[in-house]
Amino acid sequence: MLRDLDFRLTGGGFYFLTGPSGAGKTSLLRLLYLAQRPTRGRIRLFGEELTDAPRDAMPHFRRRIGVVFQDFRLLRHMSAFDNVALPLRISGVREAEVEGPVREMLDWVGLADRSSARPATLSGGEQQRVAIARAVINRPDLLVADEPTGNVDSDMAKRLMHLFSSLNQLGTTVVVATHDVGLIGATPGAELIRLEQGTMVDPTGALRNPPGRGA
Amino acid sequence: MKGFLTSSAADRRLLGVAPLSGPTPWVVAIMSFSIFIIAAAGLALANSARLFERSVEARYSIEVPAGSARLPQLLDAMRASADVTNLKPVPESAMRDTLRRWLGPLASSSDLPVPALINFDLKPGANPAAVATRVQAIEPAATVEAHRDSVAPVLQSLRALQWIALTLVVLLAGAASAAIVLAARSALDTHRTTIEVLHGIGATDQQITGLIQRKIAIDSLAGSLGGAIAAALVLALLATGSAFLGQLSGGATLGWADLALLAVLPFALTALATVIARSAVLARLRQAL
Repeated sequence: MLRDLDFRLTGGGFYFLTGPSGAGKTSLLRLLYLAQRPTRGRIRLFGEELTDAPRDAMPHFRRRIGVVFQDFRLLRHMSAFDNVALPLRISGVREAEVEGPVREMLDWVGLADRSSARPATLSGGEQQRVAIARAVINRPDLLVADEPTGNVDSDMAKRLMHLFSSLNQLGTTVVVATHDVGLIGATPGAELIRLEQGTMVDPTGALRNPPGRGA
Repeated sequence: MKGFLTSSAADRRLLGVAPLSGPTPWVVAIMSFSIFIIAAAGLALANSARLFERSVEARYSIEVPAGSARLPQLLDAMRASADVTNLKPVPESAMRDTLRRWLGPLASSSDLPVPALINFDLKPGANPAAVATRVQAIEPAATVEAHRDSVAPVLQSLRALQWIALTLVVLLAGAASAAIVLAARSALDTHRTTIEVLHGIGATDQQITGLIQRKIAIDSLAGSLGGAIAAALVLALLATGSAFLGQLSGGATLGWADLALLAVLPFALTALATVIARSAVLARLRQAL
């Protein structure tokens, strides 16, 4: 359970969320990607107060968020191509304009030749790359990733973090939950959010009052 | 993702189930079959009642319980009346034949008083009371009976049967609706993971509803058409193979309007199922975040 959380993310910032298992990282991420509403307190995202926002308003904001789930959440009955294309199709992108970006993204994550494969026939690392491709295909304003490199080798982890950094440089706010300290060290300029027992460790107060505007 | 009626091939892959899979088409087919048969029976009964009512509407009888020596005068008076048509005195032999069913050989006895009976039609607008007055002026023992009074209980029974048929159709449609609600909820449970992912990516309730609604619409259309076709075949076999249907419906047949109404039934059932499915899915989705 989360408690006494008060922080602001700077738009265009890069954040790592760390903490021991059970500290509340996944719960915080769920609040961030609007899968859950807080029982108390308030959430403001993209400059909008979303705590009590009507249900119908949520899809608009969710389309601005890319999510990489820890368990991938790929649709098992659909091909890698269709999984990656999902956010575009949901956003109403015409079918003729779907194929190019999806092929490009699959190529970038090294799965161009597995586009018609179903998740069950992909390895854990391949599934994770499909999940990442799906999360970033729409160039989200906020990218939330829960242990995104947990199932890939170090080379692929670097490439993925490079992709996240590239998106970040284009203005996407990135929040990555991870236990991998090497990953954190290899990402210059990233800020660290540490959770312990459902609350934030912020001794300097930098997260509470960050410089710049909030995300 | 497009709308319910204009879904793309990609949309159709989202649920990962083939159309016409699961029990929904069969349940709807059974409901459609029953509704079709009951509706056809109800319409045939309505036609029978209408025919029957029309045939006795203007029909009257003059009855003299113990017979009458003034029967020729009565007939002459009736023939002379401009309001009377289709005058048919029932011969005494026919009356005795009828009585023989209850009285046996006694019906042939010359001691038995045989009622005199004259059937006739009254022209529209004619006054039955005036006719009765004229008849009783010639034969005071005579009574004039309207046939519609005699058959009123039968007509009431036929109308009650029509209402029962209509009630059964409504009840079956209600049962079909309940089955559709269960099918929609079951589909939501089956595709919970897919729906969570779609919601998370930013799909609207309408987009998700459209997917399930479309599958149920296809299942319902196939089921209701199948059921209706099977019912039509059964009715056609009964109609051509035996006199059963004719006896059942009093000789009435289904007119073009009735057939058109029956033809619309499977589509109406599909439309009902589609609307019900949409409401059920939207109501359930609103319970999520």
